[in-house]
Amino acid sequence: MEFLLNPFSINALIILAIFGLTLFIATYCTYAERKIAAFIQDRVGPNRAGPLGLAQPLADAVKMFFKEEFIPANAHKFLFVAGPSLAMLTACMSSAVIPFGNTLIIDGVGEIRLQGIEVNIGMLYIFGVVALGVYGIMIGGWASNNKFSLLGAIRAASQNISYELAMGLSIIAILMMSGSLSLREITLQQGGSFLGISGLDWNIFYQPLGFIIFLTCAFAETNRTPFDLPECETELIGGYHTEYSAMKLGLYLFAEYVNIIVASAVMSVLYFGGFNFPGQEWLRANIASDPTLAHNLVTIIGTVVFFGKIFAFIFFFMWVRWTLPRFRYDQLMHLGWKILIPLAMINVVLTGAAILFWPQLKAMF
Amino acid sequence: MIQNVFYFLTFLTLISACMVVFSRNPVYSVLFLILTFFSISGHYILLNAQFLAAVNIIVYAGAIMVLFLFVIMFLNLNKETETQKSNISKFAAVIAGGLLMVVMVAALKDVDAGTYTEAGFNSQIGMVQNLGMVLFKNYLLPFELASVLFLVAMAGAVMLGKKETGERHF
Repeated sequence: MEFLLNPFSINALIILAIFGLTLFIATYCTYAERKIAAFIQDRVGPNRAGPLGLAQPLADAVKMFFKEEFIPANAHKFLFVAGPSLAMLTACMSSAVIPFGNTLIIDGVGEIRLQGIEVNIGMLYIFGVVALGVYGIMIGGWASNNKFSLLGAIRAASQNISYELAMGLSIIAILMMSGSLSLREITLQQGGSFLGISGLDWNIFYQPLGFIIFLTCAFAETNRTPFDLPECETELIGGYHTEYSAMKLGLYLFAEYVNIIVASAVMSVLYFGGFNFPGQEWLRANIASDPTLAHNLVTIIGTVVFFGKIFAFIFFFMWVRWTLPRFRYDQLMHLGWKILIPLAMINVVLTGAAILFWPQLKAMF
Repeated sequence: MIQNVFYFLTFLTLISACMVVFSRNPVYSVLFLILTFFSISGHYILLNAQFLAAVNIIVYAGAIMVLFLFVIMFLNLNKETETQKSNISKFAAVIAGGLLMVVMVAALKDVDAGTYTEAGFNSQIGMVQNLGMVLFKNYLLPFELASVLFLVAMAGAVMLGKKETGERHF
C-alpha cells in the first residue's frame, strides 16, 4: 500500500477511475435509454437478461463482438477502421480536464484534486476536442464509399461547424464573468452564496439565455434527436454508419453516449455549479469537529452531487429524444445561423454591459 | 528528454508536411495536414504556450480542415478521373516552386531571429493572461486591423453566398 501513497500514483488512479466510470456509465446509458423510451411509450423495455434486465448491456456487447465484421469491397480499408476509432478516442479524451470533485486532504500526501489534469486552458481543451469529434464521423462516412454515408458525413460536418460558433459565443459570456478558462476555477467561483444559501451561486442565475443556447448546441454537437440529421434513418438509411457492422458500429453508438456524458458534465460545471451544492458551508461547519475530515466529507458529497447533476442531464437528453420529432435540415441551419448566433451575440453584449454597470447598479439600491 | 520530444515532433511535422504533398489521394493529404497542425501544437506546448496550442487546434484542425475535407469529399476524386498533367506544366511548376524557394531563402537568410537572454526571459509569456496583456496593450492596432480584415472577408463571403434574384436552389 505504501507505494500507492504518493501524488503521482494517486493521480494515475484518479485518471483510471474517471476513464472506467465514464465507460461504465456509457454502458448503462444504453440500458437507461431503452428503459426511458419504454417508460415514455408505455412499454416495459428490456427485462429478460438478469434482474430488471440489468445485464442487457452485457448481452448487447457480446452480440456486437460476435457479429460478422464486414468491410465493403470498395471502401478505403484503413480509414474505414480509423473512423469509429477516432470517434471513440475523441469522445474519451475530453473527460480529462473535468473537475469531478474538490480536493481530498490525505495525511502524508497533501491535497489531492479529484480531476484528471488541471490546466489553465481547460475550457479551450474541451472545445478543441469537441471540434475534432466530427472527424470520426466524416472519415467513416466518406471511407464507406456509399452515397448515403457520404451525405451523413457532410451533414455532420456542416452541422458541427454551424453549432460550434453559437456554442463558442455562449461560452464567451461565461468567460467574461469568470475571467478564467480553467474549469476548476469556474466551479470554485460558483461556490459563494445566493439568496443566503451557500454553494448556490450558480451561473445559471446569471446566464439563463447562454445556458439555453449552450444546451441546444450540445444536442447538435452530440448528434442527438432533434438534431440527429447525420444518421436520419428516414432519409439516409443509417447515415454515416450505414455500412458499419459489429463492434465498429458499436464504437460509433458508444462514442455518442460518452459524448453525452461529457456534455452533461460540462453543462453542470459551467452553469450548475459543478461539485457545489446548496448548504455546503453549513455542512462543512457541522458535519464533523475535525476540519480535515469535514472538508473530505463535503468533497465526497460534492462528487456524488456532481454525478447526480450529470445523470439528470443524461435523463434530459433521453427525455428530449423520445419526445421531440427530428428537425428538417434547412430548419436546423436556420436555427443555428439566424437564431442562435445572433442571440448568443446579444447575450455577450448584455453580459458585457452588466459587468460594466454592475457597481453603479449596486450603488443605486 | 525535452530535446528528444522536440526532435520527435520536428520529425513528425516534416514527414507529415511532406506526405501532404506526396500522397496521391487528396483526402489523405488533408488528414496529413491535420497531423502537421497537431505536431505544430506540440511545439507550442513545448514552448509553454498552451493557449496558442489550443487555439491552433480549434481554428485549424477543428474548423478550417473540416471545411477542406468537406469540399474534397464533394469532389469525388479517384484514379479514373485524375487528370494527366503534361510535362510542360510539371516543368513550369518546378521552376515556379524553385524560384519561390530562392526568394524565401534570399529574404530570410539575414534575418536576426531575436535571441533571448536567460535573465530577461519570462517563461509564463505564453499563458492566456500574459498573452492578452501583450495583445491588447502593445499590439492593439494590428489586432484591430486584423479584425477589420476578418470583417471584410466575412462580408465578402456573405455576398458570394447570397441568393441572386430569381435564383432557386431547390
